[in-house]
Parts: sequence; C-alpha cells; structure tokens
Amino acid sequence: MSNVHPTVWHRPSLIENPWLRYGLTALALAYLFLSIGSLEIDWERVSKGLPRAASIFERMFPPDFSRWDLLVRGMVESLEMAFAATFIGMFLAIPLGLCAASNLVPRPVYLVARSIIVLTRTFHEVIIAIFFVKIFGFGPLAGVLTLVVASVSFIAKMLAEDIENMGPGQVEAIKATGASFFKLLLYGVAPQILPRYLGVSIYRMDANIRHSTVVGIVGAGGIGQTLSATFSRYDYDFSITILACIIIIVFFGEIFSNWARGRLR
Amino acid sequence: MLKIEGLTKAYTTGTKALNNVSLSIDEPQVVAIIGPSGAGKSTLIRCINRLVEPTSGVVELNGTNLVTLKGGALRKARRRIGMIFQEYNLVERLTVMENILSGRLGYVSFLQAFRRSFPKDDVSAAFRLLDRVGLKGYQDTRADALSGGQRQRVGIARALIQRPELLLVDEPTASLDPKTARQVMRIMVELALEQNTPTIVNIHDVPLAKSFANRVIGMRDGEIVFDGNPDDLTETELTNIYGEEDWSAEAANKNGDAPLAQAATS
Repeated sequence: MSNVHPTVWHRPSLIENPWLRYGLTALALAYLFLSIGSLEIDWERVSKGLPRAASIFERMFPPDFSRWDLLVRGMVESLEMAFAATFIGMFLAIPLGLCAASNLVPRPVYLVARSIIVLTRTFHEVIIAIFFVKIFGFGPLAGVLTLVVASVSFIAKMLAEDIENMGPGQVEAIKATGASFFKLLLYGVAPQILPRYLGVSIYRMDANIRHSTVVGIVGAGGIGQTLSATFSRYDYDFSITILACIIIIVFFGEIFSNWARGRLR
Repeated sequence: MLKIEGLTKAYTTGTKALNNVSLSIDEPQVVAIIGPSGAGKSTLIRCINRLVEPTSGVVELNGTNLVTLKGGALRKARRRIGMIFQEYNLVERLTVMENILSGRLGYVSFLQAFRRSFPKDDVSAAFRLLDRVGLKGYQDTRADALSGGQRQRVGIARALIQRPELLLVDEPTASLDPKTARQVMRIMVELALEQNTPTIVNIHDVPLAKSFANRVIGMRDGEIVFDGNPDDLTETELTNIYGEEDWSAEAANKNGDAPLAQAATS
C-alpha cells in the first residue's frame, strides 16, 4: 500500500511553541527557588519549638471536662449562629443570585450583582468578622453577620452559575406560553435549580458550623471565643476538650450534609 | 389568519437566515415546511412568536402585527400562539399536569401559578387533553420519567391547552422512532384541526410531511422555493429544495404511504 498510516501519535502539548513552553517552565522553577529562599527558615527556632510543642501536648492530657457548662454554652451559641446565618443567607441569596445570572437580567443589573458577590468573596470570614466586631463589639451578633455575608455571596454565586447552566429549552417553552418574568422563574427556572439550591444551602450550613468556630477566635462569639481564651490562659487541657467537641460536631454536620444532599434529586 | 410579509433575519455576521420571506395562511390547515438544515425553517417559526427577533418585515396574526410588540403586549400575543419543540422542552422536574397547565400561565395570576390553583376549566381541559393524547393516569408522573413519545404527547397537550390561534411546531418527530413519529403527528394534526388551529410544522421527513400536511413549503438558504400541494412535490422540486440526490423513494408515492424503513433518508 502506498498510503501508510502513521503508527505513532503524540498528544498535542498545551503550549505549542517549545520556546514558550520551556521558558515558562524555567521561570516557574526559578520563582519556586526564590520563594523558598525568602522564607528565611531559622533552624534554631525550629529546634526550640519542637520541645515546646511536646510540652503543650503533654499539658493537654488528661482533657479537662470540669467546665462542661462553658463548653456547652459555647457550642450551642456556635450552632445557633450557623443556623441563623444559613437561613438568612438562603433568603437573601435568591434575589442576588437571580440578578447575577447573565441569561435572566439586563447587563447592568448583572454587573452590579456580580460585583457585590466578588467584593464580599474577596475577604476571608475572619477579616469580615474583625470588621463587624469593631462595629458591633464582641459577641455572637458580629459572628452571625459575618456568616450571613459569607453565606449570601456563596449561595448566590452557586445559584447564578446554576441558572446560567440550565437547559434553555425548558425556559424557551415556558416563555412561548406568554408567561411573565416571575411566572417564568416559577415554572421554567425554579424546578431546574431548586434541588441544587437546597443542596448548596445544606452544604453551606455544614461550612457555617465550621466557620462559626473560627470567627469566635477574633471575638465574634461562639465556641471559638472560648477556645481562644483557653489558649491565652494556657489551659491546654480544656483546649483539647473543646477541639475534640468541635471535631465531633463538624463530623456529624458533614455526615448530615452528605445524607441530606444525597436524598435530593 | 396569518400573513407574513418581507420577513428578514440577518445576523451581525451578515449572513441572512431569512431573506424577504412572504407567505399567508387563510384557512385552518397544516403547512409543512421542508428544507435542508440551515435553510431557516426554525428561524422562521421562532420569528413568528419572537423567540428570535426578526430584522425587518411584518408578521400579522388575525390583524395584530407581532413584530412591533413589546413587554405585556408581546406576552399576550404569545399566549395566542402554541409551540411544540423537537427536544420536547418539558420542564423535567415538574409533573405532567404542571407541564400541561403551564400552557395556561399567560391567563392566571402569579399567586395562582405559585399555588398551582388553576381555574376548574383549565384543569378539566388538561385532563381531557391528557386522555386525548393517550396518557390517561399520567398526571402525577414527573416529566423526566417519560419516554420520548410520551414527552412529545405532553408537549402537544401543553401547546393546545392554550387554545392557540396558531400552532408552531419545530421538528416534532426528529427525536422519535418512525412508528411513534406517525402516532404523534396523527394526534397533533387531529387535535389542531379539531380546534380549527392553523399549524406550521418544520419537518425533515418528506414522506411524513406529505402524508399529514395540506400544503408544503420548501425552503433553501432563507428563501421560499416551493409552495404548493403535497402531490406536486416532484423529484425536480425536491432537487430544487435539497440539491441533487436520488428522490425516487420520496417522490414516487403520491399518497405518501412510503415504506417506513425509507422514512429517515431525508
């Protein structure tokens, strides 16, 4: 046969130009070494730190259960913060999410809603929590507000993305019946995104339980505030108790979250 | 009833999906639009209910020019026009009954729609149509549990419960097997003519078009190149519409009863 097919084939490289490809690899490697160099690892401090770590762990045992009332109060407060923030966030996320879906709203509305989401997602919960603690003082109010802000932007972003990815045919069909915008949302959009919306909200509940323990460390209420206090007073035996309880709660939160999301279709 | 004059749809790239199309339908009849993919069939029917915005031209339905309508007036016009889709476009997570009743959305308040409390007449009409399309007892089934043929039957019921003045149908059978395709076409044409609704059907399948339509329109490159009786659709005309091919199977059988095995060749 004159027309022989090739027997070797290579997957096309991501970057076709070899100069660019190897150049970029070399640059990345050079930057990696530069970054490691700038860490200034002081081996003396590391060697001093290790025995200190050992002594902290030693003082953690046996765990202290005597102040369980403080523990329970902190835990309940954290859970309450997480629940409240998730529910408020779920409702506020609906209008924001709809406005952030490019296939539903005019361009200017979309841009404003997206900017709000981007802006709130820029800052980590801890930074937002510090901000709210400065405004409203120590306590769970600052914590709840922090988690609401984080939940709204997270759920709204997911909601918007789902709306943008949904099947256009179902929406087109409802539009063709002469339905108004809100009826279109009700019959064309909601059935398509509702299960995912609930799934994302349940996931956010699970995340909020975890985050509620963190925001407490900067004074925004909940078990995190109690934990932070035990560290600064060197009550490591109580710290380990709190940490163990957080692990248990987060663990069960995750199991519940997985179970509930699995049941949604 | 329906009068289209000089309808043109040009995309920003300059290509014309529709080029100065004119046609009118004066009696309740089934008009089949045939033509190769990209001839502008889908664009034509979507320009009628404005799911696609025409660039210029007039579409007049019983005296209303649909092209200039906006907002509420456009929605009022849309509820007078039923539409059936190739991929059925049922809302998957809603029940069959909700899908059918969504055809009445243009007539109920938001609260009624939200609470699913449609007027008694609408509900009984929905049950009657469900019976007529052969899906008695399926009202509580979710749309994603239905087969292709069953879905299209729900699609037909959803469009007809609007009691439309015009029925637009986009490739209703392209995703169905030949037997189901014939059953679906028969039910659709029967119900449409019963309600005296003129019907425009885009269809790939020439024998199917010839056996169910009263009139055939052939399109090519955004223009109408044939408009007439199904029996006048000769091999020459098919070549004019689609280009050179062996058309003996499609053109020979004047009564349209071509063997089903040959139905998919267009």
